[in-house]
Amino acid sequence: MRRAGATPFLLALVPLSLLFAVTSGSVHLGWTAVWHALTGRAPALDATIVWRLRLPRAGAAFAVGALLSLSGALLQVLLRNPLADPYVLGVSGGAAVAALASMLLGLGSAWVGLNAFLGSLTSMAVVFGLSRLRGPWTQTRLLLTGVVVAAGWGAAINFMLAISPGSDVQGMLFWLIGDLSFANHAVWAYATLAAGLLMSLPLARSLNLYARGELAAASLGVRIGLVRTIVYVLASVMTASAVMLAGSVGFVGLIIPHLLRLLGDSDYRRLIPDSALLGGSFLVVCDTLARSALAPMQLPVGVVTALLGVPVFLALLTRARVP
Amino acid sequence: MTLLETCGLRLELGGKVLCDGLDLEMGSGETWVILGANGSGKTTLLHTLAGLRGPDAGQVRLDGRDIRTLSPRTTALRRGVLLQETESGLAASVLQTVLTGRHPHHPAWGWETAADHRTAAAALAAVDLDGFAGRPLTTLSGGERRRVEIAALLAQDTPICLLDEPTNHLDLRFQVKVLELMTRLAAKPGHLSVMVLHDVNLALRFCSHGLLLAGGHHRHGRLETILDTDALEWIYSCPFREAGTNGQRVFLPA
Repeated sequence: MRRAGATPFLLALVPLSLLFAVTSGSVHLGWTAVWHALTGRAPALDATIVWRLRLPRAGAAFAVGALLSLSGALLQVLLRNPLADPYVLGVSGGAAVAALASMLLGLGSAWVGLNAFLGSLTSMAVVFGLSRLRGPWTQTRLLLTGVVVAAGWGAAINFMLAISPGSDVQGMLFWLIGDLSFANHAVWAYATLAAGLLMSLPLARSLNLYARGELAAASLGVRIGLVRTIVYVLASVMTASAVMLAGSVGFVGLIIPHLLRLLGDSDYRRLIPDSALLGGSFLVVCDTLARSALAPMQLPVGVVTALLGVPVFLALLTRARVP
Repeated sequence: MTLLETCGLRLELGGKVLCDGLDLEMGSGETWVILGANGSGKTTLLHTLAGLRGPDAGQVRLDGRDIRTLSPRTTALRRGVLLQETESGLAASVLQTVLTGRHPHHPAWGWETAADHRTAAAALAAVDLDGFAGRPLTTLSGGERRRVEIAALLAQDTPICLLDEPTNHLDLRFQVKVLELMTRLAAKPGHLSVMVLHDVNLALRFCSHGLLLAGGHHRHGRLETILDTDALEWIYSCPFREAGTNGQRVFLPA
């Protein structure tokens, strides 16, 4: 007894968003030119633009969007808090401190990404360890620990922004807002996304129960200790992988799962794949607009996600019956 | 036939002893009530009986086996729990909530079958919530939400039901209706209900056995023989008087 839901529609959205990304830009390519480039019959310049520039970037944007919204959906149920997003527990703060420190030391973009990943894992371990220091965690304890650790990272970020030379500050701001200009190698992000989907889908029905409360889930046979550890680690690693590629892109992880809930997807068996699909397509569209709307000027994608997402979300929210 | 028993059970909470050396045998066809003042340990005991919390000494045995050695799913197929309060953080529909009761009946992954949907519809009908299936929980009143929780428990379809204040939020008609439903279920062979109640007179009307908790001490047995004004004054530390209407004993705080 399952309804098809929004999944087929969202699946169709993926190639459309990629097509939009590949055709748009300073050099306009029509559908036929793109088709020729994809099938290897195009002039060298067109092929380079499609294969070396636009497709890798769109692919990276899709992975980042999918990772962030899936992570947001998981954290919202783990904390049973609709305001939770991938960054609420300080994962991105740890990443940002490591990334900005790397920039301050003049390291290259590959090092910035790697250190951001390590920084977020460090933050995750710190929050996990502190919230379990005395006895088992509760979600309030985890949330408070995460929020306070995130505030600590925030102070470190502001300190570095304040002492950095002016020429570095713009790069740092772009990183903090979220920017896909340097995101090309998304293999690791896709590996994380695949692992995240494969490991969270079998937990989907347990997560539906989890939404009724931990005790209720436990009474229905869910091993809650195991489920919350898996969900916490998955959400953190997925966020870390996304942040490593694109900096802390805001808004996607908070809004995409809620958008789907407003459209009637509150069952995690649908919400998990749908979050990945819609989050990915949404970020591909946003990134395309970010690099083409004010061309030749490039905007950080985090600006566009909010500019585009806020009105869409508010329109749906005011029309919906369910809060 | 004993379904649920405790052996030398000791429970503590916040440094206070709630009960010690509790030996209970709860058997097929019985309806037990746990009576006690606020903070006397009724909920803690119910959670321990359900296996949701470990005892501080002694053990709880379900079908003759230590409940801590059973897998959560095995336990969930044998006993259902109606919690005192439930959270409602994220949006869900009435039907989705009732279908969560079917969780232990299926392997981890998969969708509910047509039979599960029939079970859920029957459970909703049993608490007079036909036609509510598609409603978001947030649009329901407190009493209606309580009945959804009860429907989820009915859909779980377990021989043993542990109910923490099942009449919370319910109007008088549904208090009686729900207790009738639960005692009718418990009267079947191989079935058992254990409930926490605050209404002594409803307990007398519907329950066969009682466990009284007060100040870390306990008494238990057939309810009509252990319940009198002395016992109630021992539990609640206030004077009671007994009245009778049509052969039914009634207790009132004096």
